[in-house]
Amino acid sequence: MNTIVEPTIFELSSPGRKGVSLPKTDVPEPERLPSQFERKGGLDWPEAAEIDVMRHFVRISVLNHHIEKGIYPLGSCTMKYNPKVNEQAARLPGFAEIHPEASEEDVQGALKLMHELAGFLAEIGGVDAVTLQPSAGAQGELVGLLLMRAHHGERKDRKRNQIIIPDSAHGTNPASVTTAGFETVQIASGSDGRVSLEKLKEALSERTAGMMLTNPNTLGLFERNILDICRFVHEAGGLMYMDGANLNALMGIVKPGDLGFDIVHFNLHKTFSTPHGGGGPGAGAVGVKKFLEPYLPNPRVEKIDKKGKDWYRFTESKKSIGRVHSAFGNFGVLVRAYTYIRTLGAEGLSEVSENAILNANYLFARIKDYYDVPYPGFCQHEFVLSGNRQKAKGVRTMDIAKRLLDFGVHAPTAYFPLIVPEALMIEPTETESRESVDYLADAFIQIAKEAETDPEKVKKAPHTTPVGRLDEVKAARDLDIAFHK
Amino acid sequence: MSYVPNTDADRKKMLEVIGVSRFEDLLDAVPKEVRLQEPLKIPPPASELELFADLRKLSRQNVPVSVSNSFLGGGFYDHFTPAAADFIIRRPEFLTSYTPYQAEVAQGTLQIIYEFQSLICALTKMEAANASLYDGASAVAEAALMAAHATERKEILVTEGLNPNYLAVLETYVTGGAYQVRSIPLGPSGQIEPEMLKKAISEKTAALILQTPNFFGCLEEAKELEPIVHTVGAKFVAVFDPISLGMVTPPGEFNADIAVAEGQSLGVPISYGGPAVGLFAAKRELVRRMPGRIAARTTDAEGKIGYVLTLQTREQHIRREKATSNICTNQGLMATLSTVFMSLVGKQGLLQMARLSYAKAHYTAALLESKGFKRVYSAPFFKEFALELPVPASKVVSRLRKSNIVPGIDLGKYDKKRKNQLLIAVTEKKLRADIESLAEGMSFFRPQTGSGIAPERKLEAAGQV
Repeated sequence: MNTIVEPTIFELSSPGRKGVSLPKTDVPEPERLPSQFERKGGLDWPEAAEIDVMRHFVRISVLNHHIEKGIYPLGSCTMKYNPKVNEQAARLPGFAEIHPEASEEDVQGALKLMHELAGFLAEIGGVDAVTLQPSAGAQGELVGLLLMRAHHGERKDRKRNQIIIPDSAHGTNPASVTTAGFETVQIASGSDGRVSLEKLKEALSERTAGMMLTNPNTLGLFERNILDICRFVHEAGGLMYMDGANLNALMGIVKPGDLGFDIVHFNLHKTFSTPHGGGGPGAGAVGVKKFLEPYLPNPRVEKIDKKGKDWYRFTESKKSIGRVHSAFGNFGVLVRAYTYIRTLGAEGLSEVSENAILNANYLFARIKDYYDVPYPGFCQHEFVLSGNRQKAKGVRTMDIAKRLLDFGVHAPTAYFPLIVPEALMIEPTETESRESVDYLADAFIQIAKEAETDPEKVKKAPHTTPVGRLDEVKAARDLDIAFHK
Repeated sequence: MSYVPNTDADRKKMLEVIGVSRFEDLLDAVPKEVRLQEPLKIPPPASELELFADLRKLSRQNVPVSVSNSFLGGGFYDHFTPAAADFIIRRPEFLTSYTPYQAEVAQGTLQIIYEFQSLICALTKMEAANASLYDGASAVAEAALMAAHATERKEILVTEGLNPNYLAVLETYVTGGAYQVRSIPLGPSGQIEPEMLKKAISEKTAALILQTPNFFGCLEEAKELEPIVHTVGAKFVAVFDPISLGMVTPPGEFNADIAVAEGQSLGVPISYGGPAVGLFAAKRELVRRMPGRIAARTTDAEGKIGYVLTLQTREQHIRREKATSNICTNQGLMATLSTVFMSLVGKQGLLQMARLSYAKAHYTAALLESKGFKRVYSAPFFKEFALELPVPASKVVSRLRKSNIVPGIDLGKYDKKRKNQLLIAVTEKKLRADIESLAEGMSFFRPQTGSGIAPERKLEAAGQV
């Protein structure tokens, strides 16, 4: 018999119940809508009282893990603490209740905030100009690639249709390449987990439009040959794009622009502490060197002098690749990122990166003897282990991940990057204390021991969660994706 | 303040365990010649107290829709949101959780997504919905790409009634591929005429993207257009207004293949246009081509009902360059907010919101018409309409601002030929008095017939413009 943790809101519906009160009309009744435009079949939405709705969502909410409940060491996803002042700022009526079609004079505060934030990001990224419009890192990638297309297009260099991507890259990179109409050329990583200069040289040609690189890469390693990589790609006529997913390891230490990148995206929701909201929203600002500025999405905010006073207004470029958002981007996320950067200042940003690196290396040092280490040496803000040793005992990485849930912590990123068998990609972030990193280390160690002594316990995990391991095959086969009575 | 809990004593101990003497030793892979020698040029750290005062000041340089008597729409609307919705999304369980990659500890998020999908399917009468896209514009662009892939055709037909910002984003998305976007003009009534569509559409067409109510507020004769689209084998993409569907024909009733929208009206703050929430629904046969995340109901080993992300083989983390789209994130929190909104508002509430908006918009139009203004188009409308003015709309906007009224969108911003047109949106939140003060303010510009002097000239002569 199927048991239900909590029924759906549809099943809690009872005819005639109301969750809101709306006013009576204070204007005369209009003529009826012509019948061909009228909804015929009614609306099958639930009917529930406010208390029913509140209890339902509170009851299901407690089934979630979240950063305020316990450590969330998801490599590359950067689950750090989200300061509450950011939330309070984004909810100020002067930010939350302004309309994108408002006149310039009615949104001077918003424009100033956007202009200053773009300036901060340019400084952090070592770039000259920034667009805040992309809604997510992946949309930022698309923008970056379209900028490359525009750059080569203007030089009539249209045969450049290939983008080089290391095999350790995020899956969004090749997917963005396809969306932008380019072709992916994947290169194998070297034995040290970094870009192999030989393989890069082989891949470069007059068809190279550019290279997308995550730095530090998804193995948590800084590309130590980055200056050569950028030089080679530039000499071949290509542009360098930095996937900024891991930027929280670089702030105040190096600037991507100084390393030779022409384009870099910023995941405001990762690096700059916006809560992830169960999957979004994010924001994926993109910074570029001067020569690419004219192609950035329209519009952008500029500051001018208006009768001796600062004035902010929108500006458009004729060479722009166009818009990527209905309005100006995820403004609410921009407010949070702005608040965060202003709270930290330069020294706080450096402290973030240093502690992200310190926590990762500390955790790595504590657990490295218990798992296989594909790439030894110091890491940046994350590192990758392999569960190969445990696999030999019949315990897969997915089992280790599920067993971790029993400790009240989230699992690391599993089976990514693809080049490491049984990969576990772990990022503690800087907002974890030494004690909480120790707690996580102890959990990893205990699980490694259990894999030796009691593998069944790990394979049957999790044992303490609201539901056990769910049947994903059945989910895809029977495909129940919407409630029907 | 950097929210870093480790103290210097912690750091010292940690470096010992790592086996290095200084933090800098951990940076051995970072080339020395590019390491920063000076601090970043960012303002110094601010205390929460000081910073918040500063932010409050900055926010006060903006005029919220709750403060001005605003009739702005054009895709973002000031609809009613019950207070309870924000309480739910402030819960850290929803606010600070991540993408539900570990289903066993993410049942809250997964069940919400499932309920969101169910509510969107019920709203649109479509068979499948995803867990949301970035916004209305990206939903339109993704729908176009999906239709192009499904039909293996390259031409996307849009109408002049498509929100110009959606069109702009669509054009950006297709510059990479070999797709063409063509536009069909609106007829004099403000609607697409079946004859015009027949001429424009062909077996090369991947999709018709039809917005109804369209950007100018007019309802389109979707039922008449549908057979024309399907006869040539193209996909019918409908762009809808979620609140309108309380009373207006949903896309499923006119046999749309894909239905997309900006979902901001479903309880999401306007927030200068973002974050919003892109709604995306389709026929069942297209589900394996849908971009974005999808949650499904399933069971665990003991038969307990639970939820997981499903059909992930379409997505970029598995299919990489062959994925259905590059979208990796959704608007989870905004989808949560709108799920709570839809649950609270319920079946009756949406109908009431739609009827109130409809009644108030029609009252506004009638009042303005009684003062001699004309609507640009004659077609039936829901809550928004374009008004013809005797002077440039920009002048009306700047004059009414002095009375704290924002009368609507100056359509000249989007099309110079429309500089004398104003797009007025009226939701259930507008009171009769708000509407009457708009009409009062507009009276100043009322068209004067038979005087032989252009109204604009007359106003200028009087030194009033």
